[in-house]
Amino acid sequence: MLLKTLLARLASMVITLFGVAVVVFVIIRVAPGDPIAMMLPPGASDADVERLRALYGLDRSMPEQFLIWLGGVLQGDFGTSISLRQPVAGLVLGRLPATLELSALALVIALVLGGFLAIFGARHRATPLEAGVDLTNGAALSVPDFLWGLVLILLFGVLWPVLEISGRVSPRLDLPFATQFYLVESILRLRFDLTADLLSHMIMPALALALPLAAIIAQLLKQSLKEVLNLDYVTLARVRGYSELRVILREGLRNAALPTLTLVGVQFTFLIGGTVIVERLFSYEGLGNMAIDAVINRDLPLIQGIVLLFAVIFILVNLAVDLTYSLLNPRLRHG
Amino acid sequence: MADLFEVTDLHLSLPDMTAKPLIGAAPRIEILKGLSFTLPEGKVTGIVGESGSGKSTLGRALVRLLEPTGGSIRFAGQDITHLPEPALAPLRRDLQMIFQDPMSSLNPRHTVGRIVAMPMKRFGRGGSRAEVAAALERVGLPAGFAARYPHELSGGQRQRVGIARAIALSPRFILADEIVSGLDVSSQAQVLTLLERLAAEMGLTIAFISHDLSVIRRLCAQVIVLQHGRIVEAGPCERLFDAPRSDYTRALIDAIPLPEIDPGWLGREVVQT
Ligand SMILES: Nc1ncnc2c1ncn2[C@@H]1O[C@H](COP(=O)(O)OP(=O)(O)OP(=O)(O)O)[C@@H](O)[C@H]1O
Ligand SMILES: [Mg+2]
Repeated sequence: MLLKTLLARLASMVITLFGVAVVVFVIIRVAPGDPIAMMLPPGASDADVERLRALYGLDRSMPEQFLIWLGGVLQGDFGTSISLRQPVAGLVLGRLPATLELSALALVIALVLGGFLAIFGARHRATPLEAGVDLTNGAALSVPDFLWGLVLILLFGVLWPVLEISGRVSPRLDLPFATQFYLVESILRLRFDLTADLLSHMIMPALALALPLAAIIAQLLKQSLKEVLNLDYVTLARVRGYSELRVILREGLRNAALPTLTLVGVQFTFLIGGTVIVERLFSYEGLGNMAIDAVINRDLPLIQGIVLLFAVIFILVNLAVDLTYSLLNPRLRHG
Repeated sequence: MADLFEVTDLHLSLPDMTAKPLIGAAPRIEILKGLSFTLPEGKVTGIVGESGSGKSTLGRALVRLLEPTGGSIRFAGQDITHLPEPALAPLRRDLQMIFQDPMSSLNPRHTVGRIVAMPMKRFGRGGSRAEVAAALERVGLPAGFAARYPHELSGGQRQRVGIARAIALSPRFILADEIVSGLDVSSQAQVLTLLERLAAEMGLTIAFISHDLSVIRRLCAQVIVLQHGRIVEAGPCERLFDAPRSDYTRALIDAIPLPEIDPGWLGREVVQT
């Protein structure tokens, strides 16, 4: 049954990606701006322009261009970046780990922070402490991630400069790494000096991305916890003499987590979308930062490649959420 | 026979959250307004009344899920009116409860076996596989059900699990709050038969809350009738049904639907009850 679901999802994934590819392809070609004009120095001859256009296939009709591009994609060739003059696939995959690590760290922070606030609020429900949690959530939610980035830079980069405000890793360090997953590798190789340096770069952007999501998690999880804590089986656990915290953790949390989980999946894709601006803000060398450069340079193949990769990530995240959901839901598991 | 519960002038008020002003305490609404009664040991006492009359609140006060705001509750001679939770802990074994909605009273993530074993383990009274199987058997469920999850059971079976859990520790008192009102008629009858048998076998003292007098009549030795947080009438079951003293009780009795059987359904014979 699981296999059948998986295959169906895979098929719909291919269709979705094709749709995304078509839409992006059309939009970036209809939008004003000429990649060739951006590349050439002022005063280049018309002949030069035409030669370059032909080189990148931009002189053909749009359907023709799309078919050429699609043919390449099917053979694993995503074209060549116009501004960086390198194969798109390599560029994009080289940046992907940086963005994945940042998003994953942000997700972990959001889950821990949001989970803690939710449990704390539910533990102290109907007291001023719960009102305090609500207030915190409201504040975290009403400020978008990039503004949190600015606030954090001001706090921990300027007023009390304890964290790095720019880049992914200090340039003076050499990294003996085989992959681009620096954070993971530094931990696996027990190079905790490098882990610390990486984290001091990543914490602020990750926190900026995490705060709004943490607030959503806290709010929703607290609500479902409060509902679950009114149920009779929780009352029974309570009168068996377990402490309120233990009752929340042992009887409440797993049953309350399900609705939150679905939402976290959706919100996590927003968080990944947020990396575009936040990475720029912190000059973090990830996919999002590269996307902005690509747009500024009208680098059509690169934009196309990045958007497609983002689409793949979104689809995979949703798939992962659905799978986790059916694993956690006793009804779907045994039913 | 001795009285297990002695309740004197019981008052209970709760903050009314719907009327809570933005700042300051919510006004309190009085739900129980001075109840005095006793529950004889080894008997089933019915508590009836229309919706909102305070039946559940009274039940929750008896097992001290709620703290009374006035009067006193004595359980087995001990004043438990204001006992704090730690002091109640040793009494919890003897104050069991079965709720109306088994979906809410059984943790959906725990197996039936775990649910039934939990109180036994908590009070150091066994909880082994064999003991769980015996407890399930007592309520008419096969031992294999121990491995199932609540959603894999029918409503009647779930309610049996609730009963198995409540009687597992041979408690002195069981609160049963509307435990059959969520069930269809035939499961209702089965659960009632089971409870009747267990009550007789184990000599259980039960407070059986229901708004359905026909159920009460079948099960209970004495009845307490509540209206708006006051007792309008109390007494032995037979007397109350034969000669109700208050109009309210009479109205409740009159409201019992007579079972009707469609004549066509049984062929020519017309059965009237
Ligand atoms: N937590 C609470 N806060 C405020 N009012 C409450 C609360 N719980 C119950 N009440 C009120 O107390 C009254 C009695 O409620 P209770 O649940 O005891 O009634 P009941 O007789 O069990 O009714 P039902 O047959 O519908 O279960 C109702 O008017 C109800 O609105
Ligand atoms: Mg009730």
